Amino acid sequence: MGRIYLDNNATTPVRPEVAEALGRMLKGCYGNPSTLYCIGQEAHVEMEHARDVMAGILGCNREEVIFTSGGTESDNIAVLGVARANRKKGNHIITTKIEHHAVLNPCKALEKEGWQVTYLPVDKYGMVNPEDVERSITPGTVLISIMHANNEVGTIQPIAETGKMARARRITFHTDAVQSFGKLSVNVNELGVDLLSASSHKIYGPKGVGLLYVRKGTKILPIMFGGHQERSLRPGTENVPGVVGFGKAAELMAAEGRSEEARLLKLRERLWEGIKANVPHVKLNGHPTARLAGTLNVIFEYVEGESIILSLDEHGICASSGSACTSDALEPSHVLAAMGVPPEKSHGALRMSFGRENTEEDVDKVLEALPKVVEKLRSFSPIYKDFLKQQTA
Amino acid sequence: MAYSEKVMDHFRNPRNVGEMKDPDGVGKVGNPVCGDIMELYIKVKDDTIVDAKFQTLGCGAAIATSSMVTEMVKGQKLEDALKISNSMVAEALGGLPSQKMHCSVLAEEALQSAISDYRNKKGIK
Repeated sequence: MGRIYLDNNATTPVRPEVAEALGRMLKGCYGNPSTLYCIGQEAHVEMEHARDVMAGILGCNREEVIFTSGGTESDNIAVLGVARANRKKGNHIITTKIEHHAVLNPCKALEKEGWQVTYLPVDKYGMVNPEDVERSITPGTVLISIMHANNEVGTIQPIAETGKMARARRITFHTDAVQSFGKLSVNVNELGVDLLSASSHKIYGPKGVGLLYVRKGTKILPIMFGGHQERSLRPGTENVPGVVGFGKAAELMAAEGRSEEARLLKLRERLWEGIKANVPHVKLNGHPTARLAGTLNVIFEYVEGESIILSLDEHGICASSGSACTSDALEPSHVLAAMGVPPEKSHGALRMSFGRENTEEDVDKVLEALPKVVEKLRSFSPIYKDFLKQQTA
Repeated sequence: MAYSEKVMDHFRNPRNVGEMKDPDGVGKVGNPVCGDIMELYIKVKDDTIVDAKFQTLGCGAAIATSSMVTEMVKGQKLEDALKISNSMVAEALGGLPSQKMHCSVLAEEALQSAISDYRNKKGIK
C-alpha cells in the first residue's frame, strides 16, 4: 500500500536535490564558517550563497538575512527582541488570535512582564481587518505581528495593506511567513514588513533551520548571547549543512515559480468537489479564494477529527486535525474558535495539505476511503443518531 | 503519543457497537463541546449484565475504551461491574497515553450511569 502524504503544512519530505546538497556538506565541508583557513572559508562561501538566494527571494540585502534554528526561533527573536529593544518607547504589541503559538506564547510571556498585548479578532474566513489593526494602535505600540498565511486554514492576510500603514506610523511590523515563504511572493518591500520569519522544512528542506529577515535599522535585541554569528542576533555556530539545504530548497521553489501553485490548487479543488459530492454535512474552513493553494480544512459534522485521522492512516493516508485531541491541551483549535466555529463542530475538523509529491491518483484514493471512514464513524456517533431522529421526527 | 496495538484493535474493530433495543439501563456521559460523548446500554437479568452495547463520538481512545468496557461488563454481577475503574479499562487496553486517560474516566462514568439508570427504573436505591 502506497502512502499518501497530505500533511505538507506540518512538514514536507526533503527533496532529492536538497538531500544531495546536505550529504555533500556533511561529508566534505565540516569547516567552521567563522574561521579564516580554507575549509572554514569553503563553508562560509556555501552559507553565503544560501544567504544570497534568500535575499533574492525576499528582495533585501544579504546582511538582513539571519539564519536561525527554525520558524519558532525566528518568531521568538522577532517578538521578544523588538519588545526588549523598545521598552523605553512603549509597552504595547498588536497581534492576532490566529497566530502560531510561536508568536502567541512569546506575547503571553511578555504580558507576564507587564506588556499589553492586543489579540485582534478575525472574520469567519480567518481574515484580519487592516482597519482593526490601525484602530488598535496606541502611543505605546512598538510592534505589530501578523502571520502571512495561516497554517491551519490557509487564509492569506492582506499584509501589504497593514505594511503601508505600519510604515506610515513608524511601527515595527513582523510577519510569520512560515507557510507562505517559497509559495507566495514574499518581497519584503512589497509586503512592507520589517521582520519576516521563514522555515526550511515547510519547503522540502531539512528540519532545524529557518531565517529571520531583519530590515536594516530595525531596533531589535538578541534573546540569546554568545558569539558574533548572524550579526550577534543569533549567536552560535551556524547549522551550515542545514542552511545550505534550506538555500537549495528555496532556490528550487523560486525556480518553479507559480506553476506548482496552479497544480496544487487543481488537486485541492478536485478533492473538495469530491468530498462535497460524496459526504453529507461538511463545511469548508478558510477563505474561499485568498487561501494557500495546497490547504484544505474541512469539518465533518458528527464525528471527531482524531478518529478520522486514525482511520485514514489505516488506508495509508496521512492528514491532520485542528482537533484538540491531537495535542496535550485538549482544547479545540484556537484558529477555528477565532473564526467563530463552535467547539462541538471544530472537533470534527480535518486538514489536508498538498505538496509536490501528490497526484490526481492520490486525490481519487482519498475520495475512495474518506466517505467510508466518515460513514463508519457516524454509524456509531450518538449525536448523528440524534440528528437523524430529529430529521425523521 | 502512540496508542497500543490493543487500543488500535478496539478502535478498528469496536466490539458491541450500536444502539440497543429496549435497554434496561442507559448511561450518557460527556458533551459535544469537549468532543467526547459516550452512550452505554445494558441489559440486566438476575442482577447480572447479560448484554452491553455502545455508541461513541470521540477520539481513538474514547472509542476503544467504550468497546473495552462493554466487553468487561458482560456477564458481570452489577455489584462487580460497579467496581470496574477507569484504570482497569486502560490497563485492559495495554495502557493509554497520559493525556488520553480522561477518556477512560468517561467509560467508567458511562458504566456507573447506566447501572444507576437501571436501578432507578427498578426503584432500587
